[in-house]
Amino acid sequence: MITVSQAVVRYPGARVNALDGASFEAPPGCVTAVVGPNGSGKSTIVRALIGQVPLAGGSVRVGALDVAVADRRVLARTLAVVTQREEPAFPLIVREYVMLGRYPHHGAWSALGPADAEAADAAVALAGAESLAWRRTDELSGGEWQRVRLARALAQGGEVLVLDEPGTFLDVAHEMAVFERLDTLAREGRTILLVSHQLNLVARFASQIVLLHHGRVAAAGSPSDVMRGDVLESVYEWPLVVSRDPVIGAPVLVPLRKR
Amino acid sequence: MTAARWGLLLLVLVCAIAAGLALGPVAIGVGDVARALTGIGDAQVVAIVRDLRLSRVALAIITGAGLGMSGAALQGTLRNPLAEPYLLGVSGGAAVGAVLAVVAGLSMVVALPVAAFAGAAAAVVLVLLIARAASGRSDPRILLMAGVVVGAFANAVIMVLLAGAGEGTVRNALWWMMGSVAGADWPTLCWLAAYAVLAGAALLTVARDIDLLALGEDAAAGLGVPVAMATRRIFLLSALLAAVTVAGAGLVGFVGLVVPAIARALGARRSRHVLVASAMLGGALVVLADVVARTVRAPAELPLGAVTALVGVPFFLLRLRKVS
Repeated sequence: MITVSQAVVRYPGARVNALDGASFEAPPGCVTAVVGPNGSGKSTIVRALIGQVPLAGGSVRVGALDVAVADRRVLARTLAVVTQREEPAFPLIVREYVMLGRYPHHGAWSALGPADAEAADAAVALAGAESLAWRRTDELSGGEWQRVRLARALAQGGEVLVLDEPGTFLDVAHEMAVFERLDTLAREGRTILLVSHQLNLVARFASQIVLLHHGRVAAAGSPSDVMRGDVLESVYEWPLVVSRDPVIGAPVLVPLRKR
Repeated sequence: MTAARWGLLLLVLVCAIAAGLALGPVAIGVGDVARALTGIGDAQVVAIVRDLRLSRVALAIITGAGLGMSGAALQGTLRNPLAEPYLLGVSGGAAVGAVLAVVAGLSMVVALPVAAFAGAAAAVVLVLLIARAASGRSDPRILLMAGVVVGAFANAVIMVLLAGAGEGTVRNALWWMMGSVAGADWPTLCWLAAYAVLAGAALLTVARDIDLLALGEDAAAGLGVPVAMATRRIFLLSALLAAVTVAGAGLVGFVGLVVPAIARALGARRSRHVLVASAMLGGALVVLADVVARTVRAPAELPLGAVTALVGVPFFLLRLRKVS
């Protein structure tokens, strides 16, 4: 469970708040998507969750932990984040990389043991990355990398997963595969928070959409509540219509050409 | 890294030490070296091995190990395979600090590494500020440019400071800027070793933070690393190691660049392994570089930094091609 209440973030030197009193909840057992135009505060939400930007007001909680005061390592055992372009500066074997997800469970000198190896193997299986376990990280394709990053995040063992633009650089099939996997993970009881540009994609997988605009929540609720023509048009400032997915009936946004 | 590879590293280090004791203007057989170490044999040979060469080898090992570890830590934390204390201007800053201490007449043994550390820390801060102002740390080339500029400035300051110092100054500008492991006394060596061991051990305890920082700052934060604090700590420890080497041997470039790369090529991937392997390889490399420095044109000695640069610059160019 993620609880963001009245969160305010202001970057040094900025004239407006990046987050300006945003409040929402991401409950366990489903996918919650945070969407919004560029600069609406989506990435700031992620950075606030990992304590990389200080809150000027309000609070961000992960389960019972208050992010502002929680020990970073304790937080990392509950919350795992897949950032957009995480990649080791020097290549590792995939399994070694996944084992980095176990570091939050250890101090500086305590050795990683069989329990960690087990957790890493389970995470690799859950992310569908078994065939990649002994590959080098610098030899993975975009789709493979996304699975491996997911495995690393799952190895942290927490119940809360946050993913920043998980579909970037992926083709349609890989993108859909990642989202289907996230859907499965949510059904198993995890809290999944997606930050994404791709409204149409998240509308089909998320149970709840949070639409950010100028650091505030412009609309929140089920995809059909949020994906309304009038709401989206005023936020994105572009003429558009909302149609329906022919299979599951999820709303589909179609931005219009100008004549 | 496999046990066999660690054994190989140890063997390389031992052979380098043997070469460092045996080779020089006067070549001495390994058997005679071993006897001379225990004080047996020709008095002149004993004097050469124990008084001249042993301290040189010891200082070369401290210098190489310090530079290797410093480079390894900086490369991981900055996510930059070209990072190393010399190219980042950290060593230059340390040299300015050390020269200031010498010119001010501070006692050599204890104060020199401290003064060098102050200079190195100032250089780290300066380089990061310049790089951030000019586009952020993310571009490895900008960071390097900032380092080279700070290093050049440091060299100029050293020349100015030592121009007025006159012939009486024990160590001249060339010594500081080109490096040498000659003529260290044992009390100095003990102090340098103590500083180096402490800083090296401290780096080993933050090795896991380096592993995670090598994924990127946000990823490291998500994995429980207090990024700002951990980064500062690693930079300061790297600066301290570089400062110790500069206080002992002046500016010796490129060791911190070459050695971690070889360690990684040998299969060291986790930072703790890279750090330890870099210390061993760095020690061996500087001992061998010193052997070259004092034998190639004997009885004249080449500056140590010139030898490491001759090896390091082509290596740097190869790496640069890979990065860009």
